[in-house]
Amino acid sequence: MSALSKGTSAAGAARGRRAWRLVGIFAAVAVVTAAAPFVGASFISPWRLMTGALGEMDSAIFWQIRLPRVLLSFLAGAGLAVSGMAFQALFRNPLATPFTLGVSSGASLGVAVYTVLGMALAVPGLPGVSVAAFCGALLAIAIVYGLTRLKRGFSTATMLLAGVALSFFFSSLILFVQYVADLTHSFQIIRWLMGSLDAVRYGSVLDVLPFVLGGSVIAVYLVHELNLLTTGEDIAASRGVNVSRTKKTVFLAVSLMVGGVVATCGPIGFVGMMVPHICRLMVGWEHRRLVPATLAFGGGFLVLCDAVSRVVIAPAEVPVGVVTALLGGPFFLWLLLGGGSEGGLLRGGRS
Amino acid sequence: MTDNARPPLVEVAGFCLSLGGKDILRDVSFDVAEGEYVSIIGPNGAGKTTLLKSIIRILGGGTGEIRVAGRALGDYTQRELARLVGYVPQADGRMFPFTVREFVMMGRYPHLSPFSSTSPKDEAAAARAMEMTGSAPFANRHLDTLSGGERQGAFVAAALAQGARLLLLDEPTTFLDPLHEANISRVLRRVNREGGVTVVAVTHDVNAAAIRSDRVVALVGGSVVFSGPGRDLMTDDVLECVYGKRFVMVEHPTARMPVTVTDGVEE
Repeated sequence: MSALSKGTSAAGAARGRRAWRLVGIFAAVAVVTAAAPFVGASFISPWRLMTGALGEMDSAIFWQIRLPRVLLSFLAGAGLAVSGMAFQALFRNPLATPFTLGVSSGASLGVAVYTVLGMALAVPGLPGVSVAAFCGALLAIAIVYGLTRLKRGFSTATMLLAGVALSFFFSSLILFVQYVADLTHSFQIIRWLMGSLDAVRYGSVLDVLPFVLGGSVIAVYLVHELNLLTTGEDIAASRGVNVSRTKKTVFLAVSLMVGGVVATCGPIGFVGMMVPHICRLMVGWEHRRLVPATLAFGGGFLVLCDAVSRVVIAPAEVPVGVVTALLGGPFFLWLLLGGGSEGGLLRGGRS
Repeated sequence: MTDNARPPLVEVAGFCLSLGGKDILRDVSFDVAEGEYVSIIGPNGAGKTTLLKSIIRILGGGTGEIRVAGRALGDYTQRELARLVGYVPQADGRMFPFTVREFVMMGRYPHLSPFSSTSPKDEAAAARAMEMTGSAPFANRHLDTLSGGERQGAFVAAALAQGARLLLLDEPTTFLDPLHEANISRVLRRVNREGGVTVVAVTHDVNAAAIRSDRVVALVGGSVVFSGPGRDLMTDDVLECVYGKRFVMVEHPTARMPVTVTDGVEE
């Protein structure tokens, strides 16, 4: 009996530790996000901001350039991270993210086609370019989903390879579109493909907000289902999860978020793979903790990457996609080689 | 089989299912009464797993009828079905980093609504399920640190936490050593006798099936070839019909029925 109560208190301690880590993530993200707008090619003094002694130039930089940029980074990071988290749970694989499965490329293709053709994709209240990206993302997901349906017991490894192939295919199509486009469009596409957060206005923030907000609400709505899907589709179904409906809902949410973010910021890679994985190591696999942790950490992470991209070769800037890819490439390899023991979704456990 | 007016808990009537153009189940018919302990045996590829998955509707489709608690399977939402039927899959060696308690609590899913958190009622149901299966002592361990026997206990607990009146188990003891096999069998009998839960278990252990269950159903090539008490199963002819080989049989000293023993080495 004493062993039992001791065990219970140990579990309580573990739960408490994880809860504190969640609070820690929130606090760290709040600090990073609050500090980010002051950092850049020129440093803006928080003290002078508070005392109202900011010059007109600095004031414009802070309010009109940096703040919307930080807000957009946060939204984009949160959306991409939670998309990755949902895919990793659904496919039970840490490498299965919208980026690796070709969904980002699909969205990019949508944007490239839209840029060149300037199609009138009129959906009231939503920017056409986002709708185009959303359609591209949906197309990619439909192909991936079709592949998993084609054959029962389709292994995740096969699916990842198919995703890589799909990415290359879409990338070639994007290059083709870019090649036949005129010089202006061509440069526009290239610059945007690098993943950029510059030249942001509040309008861009409002463009992305509904997509990320909608997707996040769906993710929060599905926490119980995501928990069960982590244990496998058969178990999830036997516990009462409507697996095919849940999958479709997740696909819709991810297409919304990836489409919305990619349309405005370009295909920023690896955020969706790294952030959820790090969060799992910190707060565990229970999605009621993992979803808020991933949203916050993803947002804070991209804000930080963007701040780095602004200062590392200041006054010039590195595209933020370059920064995340430089971090993400080695991280991908580390995961592939079995790093992060708790995250071993790729490997079979002991039987 | 049943004298009372209650319908059988499970009624399978003329059920056929093909997957990928191959007939897996052909005209399967059998009933399971409330409170019964039924073992399903049969050679590999006979459709045993497919049958279990059809009853809990992991696999959809098929023709013929499956009724659970008097209602056709098609009339249930997946969530309603999960409140009645629990499922323990074959151990596939894949494990997930949840603790036993977390995993068992996840069995409460069919009683939860979105955005809700778990209630004391859920906690109590999970605690009762872990108590019943002897999983309570390792409630705080991660699933991937458990032995095969402890893992099966946790899986049974999670299915019980659903509030299931019917438990479907796919080879629950196949990979276990004799001690853990006996433990899990004891847990299942306890769940059946004390918990009043109806049990349908797929197994390759013919002797255990014959001795410990109320009834044995044998599937061969997707069809039911035998359904009856274990004593009737344990004859040369029936077993040969099921497995396509002859068995060496001896009288079990306490169960008072014939059991199979390992073939001698042919000289």
